[in-house]
Amino acid sequence: MPSCVTIRMTVNGKAVERTVEPRQTLVDFLRDELGLTGTHVGCEHGVCGACSVLLDGQPVRSCCMFAVQADGLQVTTVEGLAPARGRLSTLQDAFCEAHALQCGYCTPGMLVACHALLERNPHPGEAQIREAIGGNLCRCTGYQQIVDAVKLASSQELCHD
Amino acid sequence: MTDATARGANGFRYIGRRRRAVEHRRFVLGQGRYAADLRLPGMLHVALVASPHAHARIVAIDVAAAAALPGVEAVLTGEELQQQVDPMLPGVDAPKVARYPLARGVVRYCGEWVVAVVAATRAQAEDAAELVRVEYEPLAHAGDAASAMREDAVLVHPEHGSNVIFQRKFRWGEVDAHFAAAARQLSYRVRWGRSSTVPIETFGVTCAWNDADGLLDVWASIQMPKYPDQLARCLRLPGNAVRVHYDIDVGGSYGVKRGLKHTVLVGYLARRLGRPVRLLEDRLENMRGGDMQGPDRQFDVTLAFDDDGTIRSMRMRAIDDIGAYSGRAPLQLGKPVGAIVGPYRIASVEYEAIAVLTHKTPQEAVRGFGQSPTNYAIERGMDKVARALGMDPVELRRRNLIGADEFPYLIPSGTTYDSGDYEVVMDKALRAASYDELLRERDALRSSGLLAGVGLSTCLEPSGGNSSFEPLFNARNETTTWMDSCLVRIDLGATVTALIGTSSSGQAHETLVSTVVGEVLLREPDSIRVLHADSLNALPSNSPVGSRMAIMLGGAAAGAAKKLRAKLLAMGAYRLGAQVDAVDYVDGAVVLRADASCRVSWEQLVDIAHRKHHELPPGMEPGLQEKFVWEVPTGGSLPDADGRVQMYPCHSFESHVVLASIDPLTGKVSLLRYVVGHDCGVMISPDVVHGMTYGGVAHAVGASLMEKFAFSDEGQLLSGTFMDYLLPSAEEVPAIAIVDHCTPSPLTEFGQKGSGEAGYLGGPAAIANAVNDALAVRGAAIDSLPMTPQAVWRALREAANHEGTTA
Ligand code: FES
Ligand code: FES
Repeated sequence: MPSCVTIRMTVNGKAVERTVEPRQTLVDFLRDELGLTGTHVGCEHGVCGACSVLLDGQPVRSCCMFAVQADGLQVTTVEGLAPARGRLSTLQDAFCEAHALQCGYCTPGMLVACHALLERNPHPGEAQIREAIGGNLCRCTGYQQIVDAVKLASSQELCHD
Repeated sequence: MTDATARGANGFRYIGRRRRAVEHRRFVLGQGRYAADLRLPGMLHVALVASPHAHARIVAIDVAAAAALPGVEAVLTGEELQQQVDPMLPGVDAPKVARYPLARGVVRYCGEWVVAVVAATRAQAEDAAELVRVEYEPLAHAGDAASAMREDAVLVHPEHGSNVIFQRKFRWGEVDAHFAAAARQLSYRVRWGRSSTVPIETFGVTCAWNDADGLLDVWASIQMPKYPDQLARCLRLPGNAVRVHYDIDVGGSYGVKRGLKHTVLVGYLARRLGRPVRLLEDRLENMRGGDMQGPDRQFDVTLAFDDDGTIRSMRMRAIDDIGAYSGRAPLQLGKPVGAIVGPYRIASVEYEAIAVLTHKTPQEAVRGFGQSPTNYAIERGMDKVARALGMDPVELRRRNLIGADEFPYLIPSGTTYDSGDYEVVMDKALRAASYDELLRERDALRSSGLLAGVGLSTCLEPSGGNSSFEPLFNARNETTTWMDSCLVRIDLGATVTALIGTSSSGQAHETLVSTVVGEVLLREPDSIRVLHADSLNALPSNSPVGSRMAIMLGGAAAGAAKKLRAKLLAMGAYRLGAQVDAVDYVDGAVVLRADASCRVSWEQLVDIAHRKHHELPPGMEPGLQEKFVWEVPTGGSLPDADGRVQMYPCHSFESHVVLASIDPLTGKVSLLRYVVGHDCGVMISPDVVHGMTYGGVAHAVGASLMEKFAFSDEGQLLSGTFMDYLLPSAEEVPAIAIVDHCTPSPLTEFGQKGSGEAGYLGGPAAIANAVNDALAVRGAAIDSLPMTPQAVWRALREAANHEGTTA
């Protein structure tokens, strides 16, 4: 049995502390230990982006790192993007409005990638949007309505209240 | 602000209006309920030991070390399992081609499951799986259809006596006479590469057995007709001992999420162990042993035509490599029978369909159920004929497209196309693409040193999924209906709930059903709740396959709602002391036509139905709950002796126009412009239809340019990860313009047709035509998908070498 390690991090604004196996990936930790099943697993080898979360504000693939590597850091998952319970962020709202999803499986990762894009560039052009989601695979939408949604969100003020 | 009760230009109040899909909210909040999200107390996890060989005898299996590991609850081999469960059905009449979840005695493809390990955590199960020792004696294998069809071929299932599991030559019409009368003939071969829909979610299933109730509960990412029934049969359980929960969100499927073998395995384990058991494929398992690869087909086609471009007849032979076991795969050669002439006026056809077993991962149903490869084969021929005649491909199509005034149109293979306006849709697409300008742009690219081409396709999407290919390919199967159903109820609080008997994998069925029920009952769709029931308390459904749900589920929901509306009308008339034909149904109320002040409101009607039996018409059932089971329109008959059959009822149409360029140094294709003209009749949810069409085009980009399950000479899968099986990203998929057209179907409730496979059915054909238009400048051609950079580069080099030798 590998010896376990105690880690602390802030997840969606809440401090958490758990004792985990060092080999547990961050995505398994979020899903299995914390019950945050919004973050999905598509490939477990860093290509599809379904597992994207924000680590200290930067999008990362939570399948490609261990939970212990997030010790002491801030993690934001899709569950942490909404401004308040029962509300949608501007981007989430735009995804619904523009029909930027179908099965919804890639959606949490897409939202994380697009959220990070809009944080650093509030008014991206089409090419910049496509580049920003270039590492997130979606099999349903052909990306068109995702691009539309990001444009729609960027045309509105991003509200974080 | 639009008036919520006004009717739109299409004559409907809610149908065809923009409306947010109701499913989206839970998905954007991360609150979807996918198979992997389910957690049951005491749940155990499965890891699999898979064959490293394409074909081998299993000499010995040693599970002692694995079984001894902490946390391990069971180690299961095929020896045990095959005695306890029945085999899965092979789709065609080939009972000796037995398929079980775990191999026994022999492995038939690389990745085939051999041993299942069950442990308290997935990690423990995987650790233990690594300790299982299997001794194999490798055997020679049949790696492709050509070698599998040879006289001396290694047999995949020796008991069956041949690797050919299905072969039939159909002749519809005066083929020989039409060939003899035609001025010219052209023969060609095209290959459709082995790819699949590859959803981002792999397959997952959890089963729990309840000893007291004798009931197996199943939660799975499933999209499969007759799944509960087949599962019960394999597990030797009564049908009512299996309960599949359809409220699991499925993370994409497009045909392939049919984990029957997974479920038989897990269901057996759950029952044996008395604990909930879960199996989640990891990506490699999904790609290699998940049995979800798609058609792998070679077409040999000869077209007979006249100098003016009239295509008179076609001979087509399709050989499909279905892999090591059979399920739906051979039938994917059957569905195209229902659109074997595409949108063209071709008077006779000879079609030979051959399904071949090889030592490869088995094939599963893929978006379009075999129609997209066939469309590709036909459309490549159209371009070849145009080239041979020196005719514009647009003009050639114009001469052969079935005319708008010719519907209903009976094709030689027995299917009647319901409606269409093909030339107008093509023209709309050409106009939206500024076709002449596009050609100039192509020529400008060419003069700047790039290779560039324009491609066109005009293709059908048969929709409304019936299963007529089952009796067509298996005389012992007499399936002539593939109904779907819906139950609608109005509760005492006067709100409406609809129940459906299938899971959804992105098609927004909750949105579809609430829109339709809202339309019929004239209630705000957002106030209507739609639930996915389970297989024991719901109604029969054949699941969202064959582009059928707008038609079939939409039709069933409308049918149930209409029964409710009729009941409300009868109740209202009785209360008003009037005849039913003297009252109207107005926004939920029943109103006396002669005097609108005499009305029974929606709330009053609900109250009467639920509480006031004394105000109900005598003999009427109390409560407000109606179900409707809809038979596929045009269904109900078996094929004739020549294999003529009405396949699907409705026929959507699409025309793609593509401008592509090729970097001559790398062979990489870029799609610069992409337009789709699309006609799927009346759209119930336009955003949903457009979304599926965009997604279908993206999938077409993958299938035609990037995606391939490649195998080594030893039969090893070479592209089992997303690093070598390449799915198109937002950077490969171009911006896509869709132009809508609407030819209502006369067969459906609102004039709708299906659209779940849109984009994919005409995309590969158009992209291949564009690439070949580009290559033709260099005397090169490519008739094999996917047209990867290497393949394109090789085609260019071959042409250059050829020119070098003939110059
Ligand atoms: S699951 Fe992490 S990138 Fe695919
Ligand atoms: S919405 Fe299904 S994979 Fe993106």
